[in-house]
Amino acid sequence: MTLSVSLQHRFGSFDLDACFEAPAGITVLFGRSGSGKTTIVNAVAGLLRPDAGRVAVDDLVLFDTGRRHWLPPHRRRIGYIFQEGRLFPHLSVRQNLHYGARFSPRRPTHAEAGRVVEMLGIGALLERRPGALSGGEKQRVAIGRALLSSPRMLLADEPLAALDEARKSEILPYFERLRDEAEVPILFVSHSAAEVARLATTVVALENGRVTRQGPAAEVLADPAVTPLGARAAGAVLSAQVVRQHDDGLTELDAGGTPLFIPRLNAAPGTQVRVRIAAHEVILSRQRPEGLSALNIIAGQVQEIRAGDGPGMLVSLDTPAGRVLARITRRSAAALELAPGAICHAVMKSVAVAPEDIGGPGRNETPGLR
Amino acid sequence: MEWLGPEEWQAVRLSLRVSFWATLAGLPPALLAAYALARWRFPGKQLLNGLVHLPLILPPVVTGYLLLLTFGTRGPVGAMLQEIGLVFAFRWTGAALAAGVMAFPLVVRAIRLSLEAVDPKLEQAAATLGASRPWVFVTVTLPLILPGIIAGAVLGFAKAMGEFGATITFVSNIPGQTQTLPSAIYAFLQVPGGESAALRLVAVSVAVAMSALLLSEWLARRAQKRVAGT
Repeated sequence: MTLSVSLQHRFGSFDLDACFEAPAGITVLFGRSGSGKTTIVNAVAGLLRPDAGRVAVDDLVLFDTGRRHWLPPHRRRIGYIFQEGRLFPHLSVRQNLHYGARFSPRRPTHAEAGRVVEMLGIGALLERRPGALSGGEKQRVAIGRALLSSPRMLLADEPLAALDEARKSEILPYFERLRDEAEVPILFVSHSAAEVARLATTVVALENGRVTRQGPAAEVLADPAVTPLGARAAGAVLSAQVVRQHDDGLTELDAGGTPLFIPRLNAAPGTQVRVRIAAHEVILSRQRPEGLSALNIIAGQVQEIRAGDGPGMLVSLDTPAGRVLARITRRSAAALELAPGAICHAVMKSVAVAPEDIGGPGRNETPGLR
Repeated sequence: MEWLGPEEWQAVRLSLRVSFWATLAGLPPALLAAYALARWRFPGKQLLNGLVHLPLILPPVVTGYLLLLTFGTRGPVGAMLQEIGLVFAFRWTGAALAAGVMAFPLVVRAIRLSLEAVDPKLEQAAATLGASRPWVFVTVTLPLILPGIIAGAVLGFAKAMGEFGATITFVSNIPGQTQTLPSAIYAFLQVPGGESAALRLVAVSVAVAMSALLLSEWLARRAQKRVAGT
């Protein structure tokens, strides 16, 4: 199933004009706050009536201003996971979970409901009231409630933004499982580079109400021209496989034949993972450096160099492990005589890879990155 | 209750019946008016708001007289309703109408306040889960404003029990027909030696008002606990 969106909307001085497609898997709407992300999801859900546009899930048109067609929100069957959960306070967790079922043409079977409850680990909470749940628990129930309404697709508007780091890492894996197991497309709003790197199959980068770039996650994130959060938040995503655990607390990965050492990751050998390498953590060297404490050194060829407004530049490097982004100064770029085609080495410290930069595999990996 | 004479007892029963029906019949229009004032935008909204609050600020005698002009046997609405057998003038139904009209603004205010406290985001969430507007109202809005409805109903009931001016102007003071508690107290105070009977009715008034208040507190606390979601 594919969601296609084309929207024009104006309020005050803000002007939204966005057009993109979201295939199966997680499509992350990525951009700063105020770039129009929430406006788009609300229009898809039918909670906001845009000035003009068309939204369709496969052949089903949700609205089309050209044909004066408008499906009210309750007939769209779109599961919406809100930032603040929005659980019904007067209903128990069980009643919240089953709220959508009575309106759905296809009620989830007992077994299906059981699977969702089990996947989200909320079996012990069923008789409780939302007021007695923690933030993370509320958000898990909200995910379950959306799933059990048998939706055509899922919307998630920064579902992790209201949670602290510990709760975030509690919820993220559920979205990874949704991406890999659920059949429905998921439109996920985020302004966190780490979330995008972990979750996205497809990225739609938004800036000031315009789509600046859309495409497979690895491709978009490794493009030095696309930095919706500014160059400081840039970073590429590598696909890798766990090879073995070392006694000194490191985990060895294999990224396209290149070994990659990261801090201990509790995963069995053979597990596919995605690792986000922040651009500002990458050092470039023309010669293969020696006597260096950094463990990860990958040779590659400069693909593109993009200058920013400040003293920094973003260099994208083609390596056997995949596309790597490095943020260096203009001065260094000049001193190293970097130009497209130049051969150089990317140097990355193991400890620069934080746990939130590592995620599960995702099924729509771009080939060629392996 | 041996200590109440038949005439006094009659006034108590009548008052309870009048207030019960005034409250019950007044709730649906009060809910509608509160919803319109809290949620809808329409021309003449301020006019409706003023109209709803009119019984609160007009002298009760004026309200009673206006009711007599409108719902009396020769009034435009009264004559029409008489055709279908509904008579208000000088009947207990008239007393209920007067009490209901006087209590209306209080009930609307209580419900409107609780409606304005309901987060529309919850109603949006219900819509995305497939609930149409009527279903959203029944399954989300109504349960959430239940404490407000209960508070409004009890407040309305207490007001109806105490209503005097509009009632006596509209339907007079006929024992067994329209003589409610306050009217009876007033009547007893007009005759020599009636103080003791009046005092007994005052005690009943206080008891009914207090138990209504306690009941509402208890109900509202239970409903609030449900709504708070703990």
